[in-house]
Amino acid sequence: MAATRIEAYRVEADQLYESYRSLTLAEVKTVVEHLREKLRIHIVKMDVEEMVFDLIGADASFANALRRILLAEVPSMAIEIVHVFANSSILHDEVLAHRLGLIPILADPAHFEGMLPGPAAEANEHNTLVFELDAAFVLAKGETGRQKDSSNGINTCDASTLKAPTRNVYAKDLVWRPMGEQETRLAERVPQVAHPDILIAKLKPGQRIKVEGWCRKGVGKDHAKYSPVGTASYRLLPSIDFVEPVLGEEADRLVELCPMGVFDIEDLGKGGARGAGRKAVVARPRDCSMCRECVREGPGVDRVRLKRVADHFIFSIESVGTLAPDRVLKDAVRVLREKCTSLLEAIEAEGRGDGGGGKG
Amino acid sequence: MAPPSAENCSSGIKASNISNLGSNFFFTELADQLQEDVSKPVTDVADKWKLLPHFLQLRGLMRQHIDSFDFFVNREIKDIVNAASNRELRSEADPKFWLRYTDVHVGEPSVDDDAYVSSRVTPFQCRLRDCTYSAPITVDVRYTRGRQIVVKRGVMIGRIPIMLRSCKCILAGRSEAELAEKKECPYDPGGYFIVKGVERVILMQEQLSKNRVIIEEDNKGNVSASITSSTHDRKGRSNIFVKNGTKVYLKNNLLGDDVPIVVVLKAMGMQSDQEIVCMVGDSPEMLDAFAPSLEEPYHLGICTQAQALRYIGAKIRNTTQNRGPGPSGMGFAFYRRASSPEEEAREVLASVILNHVPVINFDFRTKCIFVCHVIRRVLLTHRDRSQLDDKDYYGNKRLELAGQLLSLLFEDLFKRLNVQLKKQADQGLSKPNRTQSFDVIKCIRTDTITNGFIQAIATGNWKLQRFRMDRQGVTQVLTRLSYISCLGMMTRINSQFEKTRKVSGPRSLQPSQWGMICPADTPEGEACGLVKNLALLAHVTTDEESEPIRKLCFDLGIEDVTLLSGAEINASSNYLVFLNGLIVGCHSRPLRFVRLLRLLRRKGLVAEFVSVCLHEVQRAIYIATDGGRVCRPLLVCEKGVPRLTNMMMRQLSSGLLTLAELIRCGVVEYVDVNEENNCLIALAQTQLTVKHTHMEIDPLTVLGVVAGLIPYPHHNQSPRNTYQCAMGKQAMGTVALNQYERLDSLLYAMVYPQKPLVTTRTLDLVNFNELPGGQNAIVAVMSYSGYDIEDAVVLNKASLDRGFGRCLILRKHQTSLRKYANGAADNLRGPPEDTAAACSGMGGEPSAAQSNSAGAYSIRRDPRLRRFEALDKDGICQVGERLENGSVMINKESPISVADLNMGSGADPTPFKPTPLSYKGPAPSHVDQVLITSNEGGDLLVKGSADATAYGGTVTGRGVAARRNGA
Repeated sequence: MAATRIEAYRVEADQLYESYRSLTLAEVKTVVEHLREKLRIHIVKMDVEEMVFDLIGADASFANALRRILLAEVPSMAIEIVHVFANSSILHDEVLAHRLGLIPILADPAHFEGMLPGPAAEANEHNTLVFELDAAFVLAKGETGRQKDSSNGINTCDASTLKAPTRNVYAKDLVWRPMGEQETRLAERVPQVAHPDILIAKLKPGQRIKVEGWCRKGVGKDHAKYSPVGTASYRLLPSIDFVEPVLGEEADRLVELCPMGVFDIEDLGKGGARGAGRKAVVARPRDCSMCRECVREGPGVDRVRLKRVADHFIFSIESVGTLAPDRVLKDAVRVLREKCTSLLEAIEAEGRGDGGGGKG
Repeated sequence: MAPPSAENCSSGIKASNISNLGSNFFFTELADQLQEDVSKPVTDVADKWKLLPHFLQLRGLMRQHIDSFDFFVNREIKDIVNAASNRELRSEADPKFWLRYTDVHVGEPSVDDDAYVSSRVTPFQCRLRDCTYSAPITVDVRYTRGRQIVVKRGVMIGRIPIMLRSCKCILAGRSEAELAEKKECPYDPGGYFIVKGVERVILMQEQLSKNRVIIEEDNKGNVSASITSSTHDRKGRSNIFVKNGTKVYLKNNLLGDDVPIVVVLKAMGMQSDQEIVCMVGDSPEMLDAFAPSLEEPYHLGICTQAQALRYIGAKIRNTTQNRGPGPSGMGFAFYRRASSPEEEAREVLASVILNHVPVINFDFRTKCIFVCHVIRRVLLTHRDRSQLDDKDYYGNKRLELAGQLLSLLFEDLFKRLNVQLKKQADQGLSKPNRTQSFDVIKCIRTDTITNGFIQAIATGNWKLQRFRMDRQGVTQVLTRLSYISCLGMMTRINSQFEKTRKVSGPRSLQPSQWGMICPADTPEGEACGLVKNLALLAHVTTDEESEPIRKLCFDLGIEDVTLLSGAEINASSNYLVFLNGLIVGCHSRPLRFVRLLRLLRRKGLVAEFVSVCLHEVQRAIYIATDGGRVCRPLLVCEKGVPRLTNMMMRQLSSGLLTLAELIRCGVVEYVDVNEENNCLIALAQTQLTVKHTHMEIDPLTVLGVVAGLIPYPHHNQSPRNTYQCAMGKQAMGTVALNQYERLDSLLYAMVYPQKPLVTTRTLDLVNFNELPGGQNAIVAVMSYSGYDIEDAVVLNKASLDRGFGRCLILRKHQTSLRKYANGAADNLRGPPEDTAAACSGMGGEPSAAQSNSAGAYSIRRDPRLRRFEALDKDGICQVGERLENGSVMINKESPISVADLNMGSGADPTPFKPTPLSYKGPAPSHVDQVLITSNEGGDLLVKGSADATAYGGTVTGRGVAARRNGA
């Protein structure tokens, strides 16, 4: 059964061999079986921002579906509507609104409903979060604004340039205004900006920005600001093996050739095959970037075989900070399952003869 | 290589050093050398380019325009007013009356608010208020009023538009902070004018040099020397050519027929054939070639000067121009009306034909020698066609800059003003009994000069009948698509050739353009090669006083040509010395002479832009001090070592030394196209040999400003660089630091412009990093079926969402509220209140237009009034309001009749018709700012600008200008 699958892509000097062939229905079934049996997730690295895991036993289509959902279909909150009450800064209202929209908002989308489409939809406490921003650069009498005072975000200015002092407006100046029951409902995780030090605008003395940003729940395919991840990507695990061992000085050369430091030297003790006593081994295959330096020339040309494991994906998710990466993954899997369910329902409905009742 | 005789001369000077000057320099040179031993010359070749910022600091980016304008305003305008024909005004009605101009000044830029008040003005205010940035021209006069002699200072005769950043501009020499205070962009190059609120550039005009002999083949295949003479008095063109391969003739527009050249010589007093032959050359071959021409006058029966003059007098064309009585002030009377044909011929020969050769008191000697020299060259070329001059050679070209063009215009306008004044004086003085003595100053109408300048610059039509000049498109609107487009426009050179002519000569790239003109930056299509751009360091000279140089030449051992015989002039040991195309004299040791003159220049004793060029084939030395020559700086090398030392570089960077001082002490010098022929220029220090005289500052300076932005241009196919030069100007980005305040009629401003990751040195020099255009993109080059269209990119939607290629489009809409002759005026009216008003002609009712809150509410309800929604109570749209197609921005109404004069009685107000300014555009936008101001006429001006944001995809769809990366 597994023999019908490609186990590895072999990478030669400059070309990629083999590719998928279309599967027969029977084979598809075995693949699904195979998936159920073999699918494993092994977390390699995990912190607040980034997560790296191995997705083993899955198909590339599965991994890609997951990636695309991570990028475009996991919901999150972002400022969608901006009411401008005052804006005397150099930024135009449109630009300011766009910048505000891109600020990651730390709020659990599960606590909110999506906005219904159409003009009839009204904002309420269940679908909208309100943030206020009121920043002004007011100089008291006699103040020049040139003194160092980092507490209020005023930049010191080089007196020689005689440029006007500026005050920076940061994301942390956005203040959440609870609406209705929100204060109690969201008490445990108060909505706030994910990164307080994002620069929104710079103000000259006398300028003011007073705006209200209304957050909504949305998905990345509508606008990139809703995407909970910076990047979500995968690559196949490289597999490097030796057709015949690389020994002695050649081993040293091979180690030097690899810019990623994949190979190591193993000391065989005296009396190796050619009396060299040193052998190249693959120490860190994950680090391999498939640059093919090792097979282009030198000792590895015929002896190193560069391959990729076809069902072993090294998946990496970088969160923008609104949702933890594992949470994003869980959400993504849920979205994928919902999609599958609705597809199944649609197929079944078709089988029952309802005709296109189900959602595509 | 120089001929052997000249070699001897040069060795002679080395050995002797007799002259005072020579020995002096010997010691200073020695001292210089000692110093050089202490601080070694720049060995690190990579250092030289660090001079570039200093050059740009010294000259500024667009210095050539500003220099020429400064020269006009400070010097040439005075010369024009003081010229003999302009200085004095007399009247035919009263012989005792006179007006004399003693001096002329150009004041500070100001604008006339009304008839009595004028206030200082900044260029930025002029842009916003649709005014002209101009300064008054005032003259000091002495004149007679009745029996008194009156002296008056500061009498205004008109206004002249002021070039930005010129010495008369208030922006000259201001610091960045001061410029910011005046709302001016510190990186703006200046060099243009603001006329009626529009920025206009006077393009550089390329033309053949004046007052020089150019030997060419005419369309019949004859060898012909064409000489375009140009002086302040007259401009004309003469040809001396070999007709039918045998005889030499003179052709001039004024002469109805070609005149045998020997007849001309005889008419100028050279009656002896022996003398003529001596002057032209008495070698046997020369004699053979010249003999047919020499016989010509005898066939015509001309032996004496009188006969020759009569012959020429009969040939003078009877044009109305030179026959007509013409008012003396009009400048047509270039010579005195003569009584007999002989006298007329003499006048014509003295002041019309080859009029750049001065003839004082009918002493034709210099002109004869000049003509003989031309004949000699024509005959030599006739025998050996390889001596033909190349018209396209850049040393034969001159660039006419704003200063020169304005000076022509001013001369014309000033003469016109004088004619008007004279007419007024004639009228005023001829009145039999005056109650008041006639005061001519009160008759000065400043409009003549003011409007003349404004008209010419605003339309670009230079139509000066007086100088037979009729040019269109001299000025162009400064394109503000991007900062680079603006810079690129300031370096543009327009050629006078017709664009339709299918000749390749003037269009092709000339080797002599190296370092002077950008090899890449030229448009494609009909203007290809005719419109050029200056190279980065190229400079255009202004006129220099030639008299001191002339005196210096004699000090350096030149023999006066008028004192020499033909044999001496043409002797094989002698070199002729020309100063601005005129023969000054002969020198027997040309190499020494040239060396000394250059030495003096490097010591700062002769102006830095004086060029000296030794022409070995023509056995002549050409000295040029005239304006319009293109030149460029080079590092001076001696004995294979540049005079620039690392010590100097360090001092330069620490500010102890300035580039001007380096030029003054001869480390760096400006070399023009002709002088380059005498130089051996090394590209890099590694190539230096003992024979080299100069070294390039940096190879990048052969490119212009726009081509300098291309990374790795030498790895590109050459047309790609040319294409990029055209496209780089269209790149969207930042126009100027004050772009949002400028209220341009259309502004594309990128929201997030980026400094390029791959930069060039030019980029830093022209401040492109401060005003960038475009964004850096990560591009994958791959095949992608279905989208593999040429020159297209597929953009990532998320990057567009995040702000890639996002731009703001700001469009200006403006209207003015005019006052009419009958006292009626345009009006602004608030939005109509209720349905009734809307039905009866959209605010046409002159009811009390006080909209209360209830009224405002009703506007929102009535769909027919939707288009008035953006309006405030005063009838002008509010900042931030949304505008849709058809929305009224300014609700103006105009009086129906503007002819009725029964206004002012206050009985019934004139009926008004609505003339609103509406927004037109498929996409809705928002009001960005509103400006209410008044223009020069005092009319109220309302400007608004509306903006729309666009995504990169929709806007750059017209063409993605990619600064390709050659790496």
